[in-house]
Amino acid sequence: MNTLAVQTPYTVPTAMMEALQITLLVLVAAGATAVVLIRAGVRQVLMLSIYGVLLAVLFLAFQAPDVTLSELVVGAVVLPVILLLTLAKVRKREQ
Amino acid sequence: MTPRQRRWIFLIAGAGLVAFYLWGLSGLPGFGNYPGPYGFAILRVAVAQTNATGVVSAINFDYRGFDTVGEEFILFVAAAGVATVLRRLRGERERPAVDEAAGRDVPATSSAVRMVALLFTGPVVLAGWWLASHAQTTPSGGFQGGILLATAFILIYLSGEFLVFKRLSPADLTDVVEAVGAGGFVVIGLSAVAMGLAYLKNFLPLGQVPGAVSSSGTIALISFFVGIEVAAAFILIVAELLDQTLLIRQGG
Amino acid sequence: MQVFPFVVVAWILGVGLYGVVTSRHLVHQIVCLIVVQSSTYVLLLGVGYVTGGVAPYFFDVPNHTPAVDPVVQACALTDVVVEAAVTAMLLSFAIQAYKRFGTLDPQELAELKG
Repeated sequence: MNTLAVQTPYTVPTAMMEALQITLLVLVAAGATAVVLIRAGVRQVLMLSIYGVLLAVLFLAFQAPDVTLSELVVGAVVLPVILLLTLAKVRKREQ
Repeated sequence: MTPRQRRWIFLIAGAGLVAFYLWGLSGLPGFGNYPGPYGFAILRVAVAQTNATGVVSAINFDYRGFDTVGEEFILFVAAAGVATVLRRLRGERERPAVDEAAGRDVPATSSAVRMVALLFTGPVVLAGWWLASHAQTTPSGGFQGGILLATAFILIYLSGEFLVFKRLSPADLTDVVEAVGAGGFVVIGLSAVAMGLAYLKNFLPLGQVPGAVSSSGTIALISFFVGIEVAAAFILIVAELLDQTLLIRQGG
Repeated sequence: MQVFPFVVVAWILGVGLYGVVTSRHLVHQIVCLIVVQSSTYVLLLGVGYVTGGVAPYFFDVPNHTPAVDPVVQACALTDVVVEAAVTAMLLSFAIQAYKRFGTLDPQELAELKG
């Protein structure tokens, strides 16, 4: 018996979980479409950041908390930072 | 081929690809009806065999540790690739790294951003360290902890202290830390071979209580090494891109 | 609900590929590649889901509670982090291409002869 465990019953009705997952899937599809349709620049990077957070919440609804942690940090911090640095480098050369 | 033609050819071909993909995906056993024996077999024996309550990290660093070594080396090579591709080419000059903010017409970083970034650096380092060292208990692990540690350095840059960032993470130190992380993983696997077991077999004592920090043998140790390797790789990548943006200039 | 997540996966793949093919800016192309890769994460986690299962962490639930498949989560987890590093390498290629050829338009870059 796991002596460190605390007994916490998780009882979420399946229908509620399904409704949450369907909503998040629709939001993710809309987010992906928005990321592709926005032109390159700071706005697209911001939309990518929002898309990363939406994906992270979707992974949480799929019962995968560690993929959520990875996707949250990568999609909302690391990818926008390196994209913005590249855009700054390209724009500086245009001056 | 004009862009319009390209778009129409893609729409036709892409529709065909997506239709084929959907036909393939419809052969799967539906969402929520996972039938596969492998996942259920691992869930049945993982906690008892490795004394780790975090089954995903046990899979990453014990059951499928060989795949994780490969992925970590993809990371290593990608960081080396960035450093190589962005090296200073012939015909470029590197400006000395002094603070030129006074002479430029760039708006200074607002004090709110600086304060928040500096305030959060300490807790982010703590959170990253906690994540990297608790792989076997809760949803955490080397990969998540490593990138969170790299985020702390990005926060130092964001708070306007680029020179502090450069001084805290000189390229030589970051290279050494990354090599120690990647090599440490391989060395742990090889020391299992040296003891006559299979490569990367879990040979350290498993601990008494499942789910404690000191349990689960090599999983915690490997997770720590992976954490520092991932952190060093991303700090290297961001530092290279920052050098390109702020320091390297054409001409000379 | 049996097949809806997979329809969303195919949609994200199609939209991302459309962005890659008809793009006029290298950074936009790289961001659409990120979107295509994210569709594979949703596919991996959708395949391993068990209705009514909890996350495969037995720190606070009893040991043999029905849980979702942990193997695909392990795959997706390392995948996310490695993708960020590969994206950084692609961006460094884009920077060097811009320095060499002066343009970031992939359709013009295809016609340059070095």
